[in-house]
Amino acid sequence: MATQARQRRTKTPQAAPGERLAQLRAFYRDMVLVRRFEERAARAYTEALIGGYCHLNLGEEAAVVGLMAALRPTDYLFTNYREHGYALMRGIDPNRVMAELYGRVDGVSKGWGGSMHMFDLTHRLLGGYGIVGGQLPLATGAALAIDYRGGDEVVMCTLGDGTTAIGAFHESLNLAALWKLPIVFVIINNGLGMGTTVAHSSAEPELYKRAAAYRMESARVDGFDPLAVREAAATAVEAARNGRPYLLEVVTERLRGHSVVDPAKYRSAEEVERLKDEDPVKLLAAKLTADGALDDGAIAAIEQEVGAIVTAAADFAAASPRPEVETLFDYTYATPVPNDSRRLPGQPLFQPEPLPAETGARA
Amino acid sequence: MTIMTYRQALHDTLQAEMRRDENVFLMGEEIGVFEGSYKITAGLLKEFGEKRVRDTPIAEEGFAGAAIGAAMLGLRPVIEMMTINFSMLALDQIINHAAKIYGMFGGQARVPLVIRTPGGGGQQLGATHSQNIELFYAFVPGMKVVAPSTPADAKALLLAAIRDDDPVLFLENLALYNTKGEVPEDDTPAEIGRAAVTRPGKDLTLIGYSRMAHVAAEVAASLAESDGLDIEVVDLRSLRPLDRETIIASVRKTHAAVVLEDDWLTYGIGAEVAASISDGAFDYLDAPVRRVAMAEVPMPYSKTLETAALPSRDDVTAAIRQTLAAVGHRTAPLALGVPQS
Repeated sequence: MATQARQRRTKTPQAAPGERLAQLRAFYRDMVLVRRFEERAARAYTEALIGGYCHLNLGEEAAVVGLMAALRPTDYLFTNYREHGYALMRGIDPNRVMAELYGRVDGVSKGWGGSMHMFDLTHRLLGGYGIVGGQLPLATGAALAIDYRGGDEVVMCTLGDGTTAIGAFHESLNLAALWKLPIVFVIINNGLGMGTTVAHSSAEPELYKRAAAYRMESARVDGFDPLAVREAAATAVEAARNGRPYLLEVVTERLRGHSVVDPAKYRSAEEVERLKDEDPVKLLAAKLTADGALDDGAIAAIEQEVGAIVTAAADFAAASPRPEVETLFDYTYATPVPNDSRRLPGQPLFQPEPLPAETGARA
Repeated sequence: MTIMTYRQALHDTLQAEMRRDENVFLMGEEIGVFEGSYKITAGLLKEFGEKRVRDTPIAEEGFAGAAIGAAMLGLRPVIEMMTINFSMLALDQIINHAAKIYGMFGGQARVPLVIRTPGGGGQQLGATHSQNIELFYAFVPGMKVVAPSTPADAKALLLAAIRDDDPVLFLENLALYNTKGEVPEDDTPAEIGRAAVTRPGKDLTLIGYSRMAHVAAEVAASLAESDGLDIEVVDLRSLRPLDRETIIASVRKTHAAVVLEDDWLTYGIGAEVAASISDGAFDYLDAPVRRVAMAEVPMPYSKTLETAALPSRDDVTAAIRQTLAAVGHRTAPLALGVPQS
């Protein structure tokens, strides 16, 4: 099992020149931010400060930072429900991301979305989506709108490995290839749906090869190497910007359960043991230390800086107000309508009125 | 005023809106080269080109979702679902996404999308092609559902739908495409969420929408002539939001109601209308609210069975007579063959 998992990723260790080391050090800091943010979210969840579902990017940090580094600020991102790290790396204030998890008015989606539904037009995060595969047709349509207007933006749309089995995946890839849309589909292959392995759910377990059915360019990259991810993503984004949609598979790991509440008992003891070493943050720290680009002092400084950001985010979220009940009907319709039902559960549709004089009988 | 068909009114309105606003574009199966299964989009590909009249593969979920995504970036797509039956392939995109995006993201993204689609049975198309499932969409907050019954309303409601910033399911009907009526020249949109009293009366309120609004008007006219009855007809026009005020005001005046629908009875649009009447006019009612709806079967192919399953004018007439008999409002012809209460 361990061997299989290692083989899923192609190792790309190579002596990096100074520029690469500096970039890797910056990536390391961002990966630590995602890691500590997610750990803080998990803690807040167990303290019942966060409700609903809560899916974390633990293990996917290198993939997240590498992918986001390949986008221009004007490019668009659609993701699935495992998107906290992406929101952070798009440049959204961690305070607002945490406030959304807490369901507060200062959250990115004003407390209407929660963990799975973060949105920020300014940073062009066009949504985390909770329904598996739901974001793919939407992202394809956003690319269509860019193409319609002759814009030079690109849409990146991330999805999980399990999503490659759903119809919307195939319909979207077909439309994107047919219409030559500026879109990159990115499969984050962490090897597991919830508890179902890729081997159990995909007749073609090398997921990037599915692109061949649509004559779409595709590639697979090691999701533990943020530089390799950024370079592969840059190639994909460049192709998309030139009207050649692309399918990129990023092979990574999910260090914990599907969501915070999942103890992942379907994993063998051997695999659990293996994952203790298969940690992209630890591996990158070790590599950078060995290369002389980091030392204990630098690591401690990063931890301190990031720790302060995460603590501030949790404090901000806790202090942010909960939405007022009076705002419950604010977002049903963008164009107001007469006769919109603004009725709370205990209220009647029509206010009782005095009975007609002749007690209900026809006069 | 010009006399034209319902089909022509739709075509001309799409054309005018595309000329007015370059963000309006069309997508759907067979709408371009084939000019539409029901020819609503005839000639539009030639005028506007492939970019704005986009033929799609057979991928309802894919192209519906693509339209939603394009709408999120400010375009105003009008998509055609060949029939409402096929829209079920796109339910996830329409219900889980189009109807949710404005609220789910705290009002940050709008979805100005129109989904045009015909319902309707009676064409011997069998079980999967004869359904009336507008209810699925009317059930969902965030959706708007309109159902014009006349060429004038087809124009005014399509204008409203295209210019609205929310997803609108625009229900057409196979049996209405060739019907004719007066259409005003001006392009004033209707107000979504308003029913119309299309025939004032005092004896009973007859409520319908889409094809059944025609049946209601015809039966009301016929009973006025044969029985001297003064029936008020309400054309719902909008299924979500539902104009309960107009319904209630009418029933408070007439004290009796019959609701017509082309969909199945149980949990149907008529059930919602009847429940609303109970909520808002209980003390005014002199008889139970009666619903006339399709038989609750998968639609058979054979003509005799199909005809039996669909609500007819005779079914409506009988329901009206029985309701008025329960009220005790009896004219000489009505007394014949009516159960005595």
